[in-house]
Amino acid sequence: MAHARAVVTPPRTARGFGLALLGLAPIGFLVVFFAWPVLAIVGRGFAEGGLDVVLGDARTWQLAGFTVASAAASTVVAVVAGLPVAFLLARVKLPGVGLARTLVLVPFVLPTVVVGLAFRALWPDGGVLPIVLANAFFNVAVVARTVAGLWARLDSRTTDAARALGASPWRAFRSVTLPALAPAIASAAAVVFLFCATSFGVVLILGGARYRTLETEIYLRTVDLLDLSGAAALSLIQFAAVVAALVLGGLARRRKEGARTGAGGARRPRGGEWWSVGAAGVVLAMLLTPILALLAESVSTEDGWSLEGYRALSGTGEKGALQVSGWDAAVNSLKVAIDATLLAMVVGVLASVVLVALRRSPARTARGLGETMDAVLMLPLGVSAVTVGFGYLVTLDALPGDLRTSPYLVPLAQALVITPLIVRMVLPVLRSVDVRLRQAASTLGASPLRVWREIDLPLALRPLVAAAGFGFVVALGEFGATSFLARPTAPTLPVAIASLMGRPGELNNQMAYAACALLMLVTVLAVAVIERLGRGRVGEF
Amino acid sequence: MKRRAVRAATAVAVVSVVAAGCSLSDGDGGTQQTPTVTLVTHDSFLAPQEVLDAFQKQSGIKISVLKQGDAGSLTNKLVLTKANPVGDVAYGVDSTFASRALKEGVFEPYTSPEADRGPQRYAVDPEHRLSAVDVGDVCVNVDANYFATKGILAPASYDDLADPKYKDLLVAEDPATASPGLAFLLGTIAKYGEAGWKDYWTKLKANGLKVVSGWEEAYTEEFSGSSGKGPRPIVVSYASSPAAEVGDDGKPRTKALLDTCYRQVEYAGVLAGGKQTESARKVVDFLLSQQFQATVAANMYVYPARQGVDLPAGWAQVAPLPQKPEALTADQVQAGREKWIGEWRTLVQ
Repeated sequence: MAHARAVVTPPRTARGFGLALLGLAPIGFLVVFFAWPVLAIVGRGFAEGGLDVVLGDARTWQLAGFTVASAAASTVVAVVAGLPVAFLLARVKLPGVGLARTLVLVPFVLPTVVVGLAFRALWPDGGVLPIVLANAFFNVAVVARTVAGLWARLDSRTTDAARALGASPWRAFRSVTLPALAPAIASAAAVVFLFCATSFGVVLILGGARYRTLETEIYLRTVDLLDLSGAAALSLIQFAAVVAALVLGGLARRRKEGARTGAGGARRPRGGEWWSVGAAGVVLAMLLTPILALLAESVSTEDGWSLEGYRALSGTGEKGALQVSGWDAAVNSLKVAIDATLLAMVVGVLASVVLVALRRSPARTARGLGETMDAVLMLPLGVSAVTVGFGYLVTLDALPGDLRTSPYLVPLAQALVITPLIVRMVLPVLRSVDVRLRQAASTLGASPLRVWREIDLPLALRPLVAAAGFGFVVALGEFGATSFLARPTAPTLPVAIASLMGRPGELNNQMAYAACALLMLVTVLAVAVIERLGRGRVGEF
Repeated sequence: MKRRAVRAATAVAVVSVVAAGCSLSDGDGGTQQTPTVTLVTHDSFLAPQEVLDAFQKQSGIKISVLKQGDAGSLTNKLVLTKANPVGDVAYGVDSTFASRALKEGVFEPYTSPEADRGPQRYAVDPEHRLSAVDVGDVCVNVDANYFATKGILAPASYDDLADPKYKDLLVAEDPATASPGLAFLLGTIAKYGEAGWKDYWTKLKANGLKVVSGWEEAYTEEFSGSSGKGPRPIVVSYASSPAAEVGDDGKPRTKALLDTCYRQVEYAGVLAGGKQTESARKVVDFLLSQQFQATVAANMYVYPARQGVDLPAGWAQVAPLPQKPEALTADQVQAGREKWIGEWRTLVQ
């Protein structure tokens, strides 16, 4: 492609200036709401000294080893389970695929305490296996949706050519499709690894008192013991593990992202493809099992079946723990998630545009800058929520308006978690837009903005909407930052569920599960609406 | 070209700001006329809206509630933000963490006129920086039906729990991750002393004790007495838990063992460095007042610190206040907590 770069480009300074402006927004957001709070709280730990004691303790390294190993295992499980589902979503035209697209997201909103308890019911003694499986359960959607976004747009002719040349379907998949999907798979795997390495509720519930990870230990030392220096030492190790994962992910992504896109599209599966569809069906069934168990839980009592929990939800719960009705909590959840998603979309799309531009830049420094920014954007996923939360407490009062306890902080904190996901989903798509199309447009006199509007946006619109939907769901289910900041008069559903779970009495327990059912319903409806919005323009389905 | 890029970037920025603000219609909504006092508290806080409204009508003060995790998490956040507190009053620092809060200078002295109606009994500080609001005792609970059907007497004391007759029946919480677990451990230390508690736990472990990380797992998953699913009929919970387990026939399904209790007192106080000391003091008075104290049992499953406040109907039979709870002073707990948890971890895990 080197010779093609000599087409007319606008003066470099102007381009650079515009890019810098665009890049400032996401960077600024990250610095204020992530880097500064985290550095402040870790800095306090450093100031207290004594890090060497923790770093020199063999148990610390056992924790680190277990964290990395179990997160890696969960990642493998999630990728293996997620690929057939991605195939189903991207390439298969069958009744019910649309429903599967939505359903696969449901695990993501379920509060960890509920899923943890569901898995405990199957493995009463907890242990490593349920921890690995529960973390994978949450994250199959990340793989399925991220990979499907790219897969739907892969040019099927390359595979057809391979088949015509005598390759078996498996061989064609292995040597043509899989390499083309590698960037998306690596992206998804990195995200899943970070999610699993910082998973908290699942490990706590299923690990019992035996299995601990860096995350649970950081939480314990920060929240219960106020041992900031110990927490800081562990945060350093966590940070190192995260950076290592990001670097590995980046290396895997660095292959030529020259996947030919174009005439993808879904069709009825043929021959051996039914095996993949079957595998996807099995995965979906496994994802549904805990969900159905929850629904059963919400209607069963000591004395048989009853809808008592649902009835209690529509009120404020006579004997319940809620200050508002379940419906109010649902509306709150929607509001906060909409705000968080809008904010994250703006930041994430701006960041992606800048990253793509840097990546395409002829200058080596710009490309290096792009790689770095790419990794930095992911960091919020790999740092303990409690570190960020406590960081807010010691820093944000310096800003006008003392955001520390403001309800506005809830969507901001949620956006921090969603932005990296959106970047991961949008980036592979933007990168796969054929450079020649853009160059042709530039040659014909289109401004960079117009090129983006006429070429990139139509091609990326569907994945953009999918990314927004995904981010929205993550915001709906977010608990860590939200529980820290939400007002009791305006709880989100996950916060309401947690307070119901923490009280004795059968009705409260039932209400908690009924609230889970409501949360799932809200999720499915919201995703259906978002998916509907994304069609029409690029109508394939 | 350059101007256009700048314009575009500006447009994007403006649109994003407007968009992000679009559904945030409900800020605090407090008008400037009513002074709003921020009450920083734990996640279990619950008060009937009408009682808060009545207080607002009578005093002109609006209470805005800010939840900050459990008692330990709340205390530590208050310590971290003591230079610029996030609220004016805090309620929920308990006897386990009171020493840390006092030592760090989180609260300022205030003797509430309401405190001599009972709360003084639990005073931890001669300067009255903390006033007791409620008592939440942690006790072992048993599934009454299980023992009735098996025809065995239910255990009654700490010693019974280590008796082979009750092998594999007890589930407790990890003291490192759950406050009832810590309270139970402290209760055994109070009972058997520094010298004897480890022996006792060694016996418990040999007797098939199961440890889980949180109260939810212990009570809703492992325990057989609440939702009736779990395999174990003995659980570490609260003195008040049986009040929530009364069946339709009016009979309690569970029972708290009143000789296995550890007393936890929850306190409120005016935050040092808050900006509305006068209003904050009125809120502390309110938390100790008859009106608020009458709500704590039904809403938070704790016992009022004030004397002469009636418990909800049926509590007297089902969930009375334990008369002989074990207790350690706040200073003892402060001095030993981390060492004991560490030793417990080595011993039990």
